[in-house]
Amino acid sequence: MADITLSSIGKTFAGTPAVQDISTRFEDGEFVALLGPSGCGKTTLLRLLAGFEMPSSGQIRIGARDIADGVTGTMVPPEDRNMGFVFQSYALWPHMSVRRNVSYPLEIRRFSKAEIAAQTDVALNATGLVEYADRMPSELSGGQRQRVALARCLVSDPDAVLLDEPLANLDVALRASMQAVFTDFHKRTGATMVYVTHDQSEAMAMADRIAVMDRGRIQQFDTPQNLYERPKNRFVAEFVGLGTVVPLRGVEKTDAAAHGNVLGKRIAVQSTHNSPSHVCLRPENLTISETGDLRAKVARVTYLGGKYMLESVSECGTRLLAETRAKFDVGAQLGLTITTPWAFHED
Amino acid sequence: MQKGGSRSEGRLLRAILVVAICLTLAPVLRLFVEGLTDQGTLGLSLASKVLSQPSTLSALKHSLITAGFGTLVSLVLGAAFAFLVAITDLRAKGALVFCLMIPMMIPPQITALSWTQIMGPSSVLLKTLGVAPPMGSPQPLYSAQGIILLLGIQHMSIIFLTLRAGLRAIPQEVVEAARISGARGLRTWWQVVMPLTLPSLAAGIAITFVTALGNFGIPAMLGIPAGYVTLPTLVYQKLAGLGTSVLAEVSVLAMLIGAVAVIGIMVQRFFQTRQKVYLVGSTSRPLAIPLGAARLPVEILLWAVVCTILVLPMFGLLATSLVPAYGVPLRLDTVTLASWWEVLFRQPVTTRAFVNSFSLAFGAAVVLMILCLPLAWLMERNPTRLSRLFDSLLDLPYALPGVVLSIAMILLLINLPFTDATLYGTVWIIFLAYLARFFAVMFRPIQASLKQLDPAMGEAAQSVGASLFQRLRDVIVPLSAPAAAAGAILVFLTAFNELTVSALLWSSGTETLGVVIFNLDDSGETAMASALAMTIVMVVMLLMVVVQLLSRRFPKGVVPWQT
Repeated sequence: MADITLSSIGKTFAGTPAVQDISTRFEDGEFVALLGPSGCGKTTLLRLLAGFEMPSSGQIRIGARDIADGVTGTMVPPEDRNMGFVFQSYALWPHMSVRRNVSYPLEIRRFSKAEIAAQTDVALNATGLVEYADRMPSELSGGQRQRVALARCLVSDPDAVLLDEPLANLDVALRASMQAVFTDFHKRTGATMVYVTHDQSEAMAMADRIAVMDRGRIQQFDTPQNLYERPKNRFVAEFVGLGTVVPLRGVEKTDAAAHGNVLGKRIAVQSTHNSPSHVCLRPENLTISETGDLRAKVARVTYLGGKYMLESVSECGTRLLAETRAKFDVGAQLGLTITTPWAFHED
Repeated sequence: MQKGGSRSEGRLLRAILVVAICLTLAPVLRLFVEGLTDQGTLGLSLASKVLSQPSTLSALKHSLITAGFGTLVSLVLGAAFAFLVAITDLRAKGALVFCLMIPMMIPPQITALSWTQIMGPSSVLLKTLGVAPPMGSPQPLYSAQGIILLLGIQHMSIIFLTLRAGLRAIPQEVVEAARISGARGLRTWWQVVMPLTLPSLAAGIAITFVTALGNFGIPAMLGIPAGYVTLPTLVYQKLAGLGTSVLAEVSVLAMLIGAVAVIGIMVQRFFQTRQKVYLVGSTSRPLAIPLGAARLPVEILLWAVVCTILVLPMFGLLATSLVPAYGVPLRLDTVTLASWWEVLFRQPVTTRAFVNSFSLAFGAAVVLMILCLPLAWLMERNPTRLSRLFDSLLDLPYALPGVVLSIAMILLLINLPFTDATLYGTVWIIFLAYLARFFAVMFRPIQASLKQLDPAMGEAAQSVGASLFQRLRDVIVPLSAPAAAAGAILVFLTAFNELTVSALLWSSGTETLGVVIFNLDDSGETAMASALAMTIVMVVMLLMVVVQLLSRRFPKGVVPWQT
């Protein structure tokens, strides 16, 4: 069992909180992404899981095993946690060959020579590195180095694999293929994976659930679909996907449906909250039509390949994003219709 | 479960830190206590008595004069070279820089010896050329001016290095912006380059002054024959003449030198912290102002100066070492290797000194490497308040004049606590003094290389289950090995040549090479002294070339003469 439980975990650096009061649970075999802007505490949270940092408060458990307790100040050191860690810089040891880099965790565990060779070969095979086994890290490309780092953390069969922005240093094409490597690997091994990234498309593509973080707290921990379609607050609505958050007034909610005033028009909204205060207008919620009752002027047109993104400004000065297959000129007048946007409550 | 983030690391750090502090800071502390007490009681009566003696005052005056004007000579030479090498398009800069580093690496007593061989009535070189002054005319170097000149040459490398480092931190854009605004030639230099380099220049001047103040070899070789006594030579004369009975008195003198030196070090630190302001975000292309038609004449001039201060004295030394007796001119029929043979293979004292110096230097390099490697890494990984304090003080035994450290060592080790045993007069006191003195020489390069090491290297090993010992052995030591090797070579190089510390701590049987050259010259065996000095110069140059050849494999900041 390798489910990870965090109870009110906090970490302060020299008085400044980096992570505040986080309680959550990562299920066994789950692929979790920690997503957020830089400085939101996601890397600190990952390093707390790895044991490189000691929590200032709260407890961390893996399965039934306590691994860190901020109250008593005790923790299992990283070397005894049986976790894998993939660093942003890969952290391959430059003085060891690819094979030695991968086999080192087994040497530490005092496996027999034959076992080391066999398991190293399996890990090298799984990452497609067999032909590079005798090279030094400096002779590898970025993607190959990344795979060595992955092979090194897999070889010892860790309870959980922690990845700290592993694709940040790769080019776009390589990123896509490495994403496939990670997902395949996750499917095959069923290991719990915690993946830190600031790139939402990366998180959306791979993770079962995403924890969106801001200012040291988890703002919402949900499936990619729910994050996009049912954001809990303004931060998540604006950070994940495109869209505009506008106030919602005069809400009338029944069991079946909810209605409210958005930009002066009365429309149907979806919400689980009893008194939602804002709606998130995604491009999908806006339809361009001659008869649309919301008038707006096109301010900027961006070609996205096969379609255009229109940035338009409504009569009351709100910026609205809509997608269209037809080209509009800057300054053109539009009619927009809003269809059932997601509404949430914010204090 | 265990307490704290990395209990084993914290424990090891504390253990090594205690050893390092005992080695480096305890002697300094002991000296401080001695200076403030008079026969066991707190008081300043002895201090005020010693400080009011005329000999003390005149030595202090001489020290300040020679160190002050010596620094001025270093400043003129070092700054001229630094500006020309760092901001213009001179050719063969690498060779020039390497040559300018040699004076710093050649021990001062050898500098003094070599210069006396190209001046004065008995100079073999001048006699051979037929231009020697008549017999009986004085040796012009046996004077305050001689000491000033040689101190200036010896320490010009320090000004050169600090100023060049400061200049290289100025981005080309700064100068280009001045030129596009209409500033021309010298105006750019005076209004843009100069103000930006003033802090590093000031820091360089302060540290040069402290080094010149503590120099023993040059005032000893040139000043003692002329009766011109500086503070370090006064301490030496008192201790050599009267033994440890004057220990309390010389401690006060050592404190006096130390006090002047500490002021200098504080001035240097002050300017060094100010300099950092300019360094932020400014390392693009280095400056390369074209000299145009003046380039060739400037190059010829610079190389001529290098020849005069470096090659010429070496020729003097070589000529003296090849004659059968001092004063005989060198001709094809008089040339002989007798002095070389005598000093290298016949004299038991020189063989002994070779063994002593080699074992001391080698032992110090090995012990310091074993101590500094884990310490530097642990201090980088788990900085504590104590380790930060130690970091700011560990340069002290190296920055303080050697005389001060020697006296401190005698005070600390003359009576081992709880026993009647003494280390004074044994080789161990020299060894411990070397460990203290050269600690920073080993520690700083290793620290520089570890600062550039990705902390994830160690963490990666930790995450796959490697214990502290395994991480050190398999990851940290191999990765910082080049820097440690450079540090070890530098420690060996400086310890092998060292005179100041051993001059006060040696006794019969524990002579070092520095002491032997000094004594040979003192007793008139100039030819043998020259042969031995030439041998040492060759060993030094060889080791410097080794470091230079390996320098491409070292991280930035490891080789002191490469910035």
